[in-house]
Amino acid sequence: MAQPAATVPDESAVQAQTPKKELGPVFKVAAGPTKYLDDRLGIAGLGRPFLRKVFPDHWSFLLGEIALYSFIVLILSGIFLTIWFKPSMAEIEYEGTYELLRGIQMSEAYASTLGLSFDIRGGLLLRQMHHWAAAVFVAAMLAHSLRIFFTGAFRKPREINWLIGVAMLTLGIINGFTGYSLPDDLLSGTGLRFVDGLIRSIPVIGTWAEFFTFAGEFPGELIIPRLYMVHILLVPALLLGLIAAHLALVVYHKHTQYGGPGRTEGNVVGFPVFPVYAAKAGGFFLIVFGVLTLMGATMQINPVWVFGPYNPAEVTAGSQPDWYMGFVEGGIRIMPNWEWHIGSTTWSWNVAIPGLGLMGLFFGLMAIYPFVEAWVTGDKREHHVLDRPRNAPTRTAFGVAAITGYSLLMIGGGNDLVATQFDVSLNAVTNFLRVAVFVGPVIAFLVTKRICIGLQRADHDRLIHGAESGVIDRAPSGKYSERHRPIGPGEAFRLIEHDETPALLPVTDVDGMSVREIRGEQLRRRATRFFFIDTLRRPTRAELEEAARHHAHGHDEIGADGEHHAIEAEEEHHLAK
Amino acid sequence: MSDDTSQGRPGTEVATVDEERYPVPDPGLEPHIPRLTDVDERAANRATRQVATFFGLVPLLSIGFVVVYFAVPGNVWVDFGPLRANTRNLLLGLTFGLALLFLGIGAVQWGRKLMDDEEKIDYRHSAASSDDDKNYMLTELDKVVDESKLTRRKIIGRTLLAALATILLPMIAGLADLGPWPTKKKRAETIERTIWAPGIRVVQDVTFEPFKPEDIEVGQLINAEPANLQDLHGSEYQTEKAKAAVIVVRMDPNTITIPPSRQDWQIGGILCYSKICTHVGCPISLWEQQTHHLLCPCHQSTFDLGNSGVVVFGPAKRALPQLPIALDAEGYIIAQRDFTVPVGPSYFERDSRNDYEVGDN
Repeated sequence: MAQPAATVPDESAVQAQTPKKELGPVFKVAAGPTKYLDDRLGIAGLGRPFLRKVFPDHWSFLLGEIALYSFIVLILSGIFLTIWFKPSMAEIEYEGTYELLRGIQMSEAYASTLGLSFDIRGGLLLRQMHHWAAAVFVAAMLAHSLRIFFTGAFRKPREINWLIGVAMLTLGIINGFTGYSLPDDLLSGTGLRFVDGLIRSIPVIGTWAEFFTFAGEFPGELIIPRLYMVHILLVPALLLGLIAAHLALVVYHKHTQYGGPGRTEGNVVGFPVFPVYAAKAGGFFLIVFGVLTLMGATMQINPVWVFGPYNPAEVTAGSQPDWYMGFVEGGIRIMPNWEWHIGSTTWSWNVAIPGLGLMGLFFGLMAIYPFVEAWVTGDKREHHVLDRPRNAPTRTAFGVAAITGYSLLMIGGGNDLVATQFDVSLNAVTNFLRVAVFVGPVIAFLVTKRICIGLQRADHDRLIHGAESGVIDRAPSGKYSERHRPIGPGEAFRLIEHDETPALLPVTDVDGMSVREIRGEQLRRRATRFFFIDTLRRPTRAELEEAARHHAHGHDEIGADGEHHAIEAEEEHHLAK
Repeated sequence: MSDDTSQGRPGTEVATVDEERYPVPDPGLEPHIPRLTDVDERAANRATRQVATFFGLVPLLSIGFVVVYFAVPGNVWVDFGPLRANTRNLLLGLTFGLALLFLGIGAVQWGRKLMDDEEKIDYRHSAASSDDDKNYMLTELDKVVDESKLTRRKIIGRTLLAALATILLPMIAGLADLGPWPTKKKRAETIERTIWAPGIRVVQDVTFEPFKPEDIEVGQLINAEPANLQDLHGSEYQTEKAKAAVIVVRMDPNTITIPPSRQDWQIGGILCYSKICTHVGCPISLWEQQTHHLLCPCHQSTFDLGNSGVVVFGPAKRALPQLPIALDAEGYIIAQRDFTVPVGPSYFERDSRNDYEVGDN
């Protein structure tokens, strides 16, 4: 049955051998230098596991690559910007090229940003590329994490790599924020003012945290130099370390792959690093780099000269943070004004809950999900074949619920723009969202779960009845029916290979279990019922054989009704009881 | 339904086959289907030309970039549909961006169309170490502990732990000067006071001109600052401005509510409030003349200036602090004193019992 396939033999199985073919001229030229390096570094041994390492091919695996490549573009363009940017809040009078601001008092940070934008050739291009790359970096990380989530790629043995990913997403957002605060223009100063209020609101230690962050009162004169250090040294160094660990684990675990014929938990099917991925991934890096450059050239972003220097007594209507802070901004905007005044203290929940709690909730839920699911399933196996989202309806529903909540908060971050653009009352938008952020995810959860089960049912029908042929027959009795043709063995395998986790009844045999253990196990079993009770069961061997007989029978009696299926839906549930 | 808690295929070995539960056999990897470029020499030649063309354009664009860099002046603007951009910036970006893009497209096209596209197989190994490795580590680590004499001389281990724990202390303590400590005294000098003081003139925030009641029309709002702000510079100026900014409004006294305790804080319907939002500190600036509402553009907290600045909508909790004003000998508006409560966003040690609430007198 299995097709013979080319394999890359296990490295230990192959004896070192001299290639029989005459080596080309490049090899002859490089022989001397490579021998020199190999004698000292052992590069042949180092490179051996990587040269032909196999990676599976799928468009969704490119999302993480986009994040990686935009990070590289961030470093390259960032280095260029540091050559001219002055992270100083010292006040100077602007005397540069941009006439509208000449003679105005501003910080050196803002003045040097104007200098980069107007006086340094290519400075504006690099500034805009850097800003676009940051927006793309966070977006790509988020999209990548959704791909990982919906396909179950976070399962054993990759839970730790998932945590590294969550940490990188958090750091990416923090660094984006520190970055757009640096130019010290009106918008970035407003953002900093917001962060000052946010830090202050932390119960008990808030004022201390504020004074330690700003070296005293807002804005003081150290926040920009400090954010600069965080932005160009601290967070990038952490990110680089985490990226190295992330990629090392990808290499060690080998990449996950989508299921299908010949793709098992024990292998990885794809193309070798050299030459295919050297060309495709290397080329893709250049494409990402090129597209970001074209964006920097043609799409204006953060025109700081329009906003003017920071002035703590001014603000622009419609002030918006960069997109990745939008959900926090939304939480801050739609939060009711809860504040406790106890004795001589103030507990500012209206800022602390949405500002810090929301980010904690978002990243906290992300971080713990793999462990919650592993506890529910009790599954200790390694997983390398990815799930189709429909085959994990509850997980998929959780993911869509999270996206829904996130999106509603993000809409909240622009509630003033929604109000003005759609000509609705701002108060109505805010009040609606106050309810919707709780109700919306629940609806999304229920709807998504039903869609997943519907899709599972469609798969089930294909397995049992085959594919619709589009040919409608009319029986002498007048009944219409559609012919079905059997699906190929590859597709059949694809539709039935997924895992099936049973929903468990409460445990009855509790001998030798402590009260605590029983309680834990009952809770887990209740969770399995919540997760898996209504996922569709795969057809059994007996059902498949019955269906095959049914078809064979129909095939013998051409023209008869046998191989046709009435268009009326057949209720063939195989739900767990 | 199974009552068994350990579901799934037994063990952690991969690729176990369970005939009953996985009834459709794996037909194995699909056969390799050659591409057009594998079987048609003309298609392969065409793909080769495409790749070579993309690569060939890169040197031209790179040279173009250098030419633009030195030849195009910086003060020319393109205005083309939605695109309004600096010509030099645009051309630098287009040449460099397209050079990168073409290099990338050429490489990807080469990989897709011409490089061998037969899928290969690697075999996975469990992420866990082999038993041999685990046993080696355990026995050798046991020897390590013995050889270090740590088990015999326990005092070394204990003092080492204490030493390692306390060596962090200098690193943490060294950060105590990150900023001044917000003690009660420090707070009173910083976030709990502004530069408003008795007799300080209220001046326009751009021109620093003082003004008299007759300069303000009913319904008008003026952004103002204390006159002594212009003596400050640099970050000190910004820090004080961030607290002292005020708005002066004139409303018809018959349409607003002024509590008895604040009757002498205003001059015939002219009231002065902090401009700094009590939510997270944005300067509030959207004035609804008819309703006397002041809306913060950052998070839409709305304050009723006709009712001692109480919150009517949004996430802010506390009323806008009001600045008591009076007239000096020349008839200019001056402050009677500093704000009675701290301005700006909440913080833990803030005593919020003195803020105005609906119903206060």
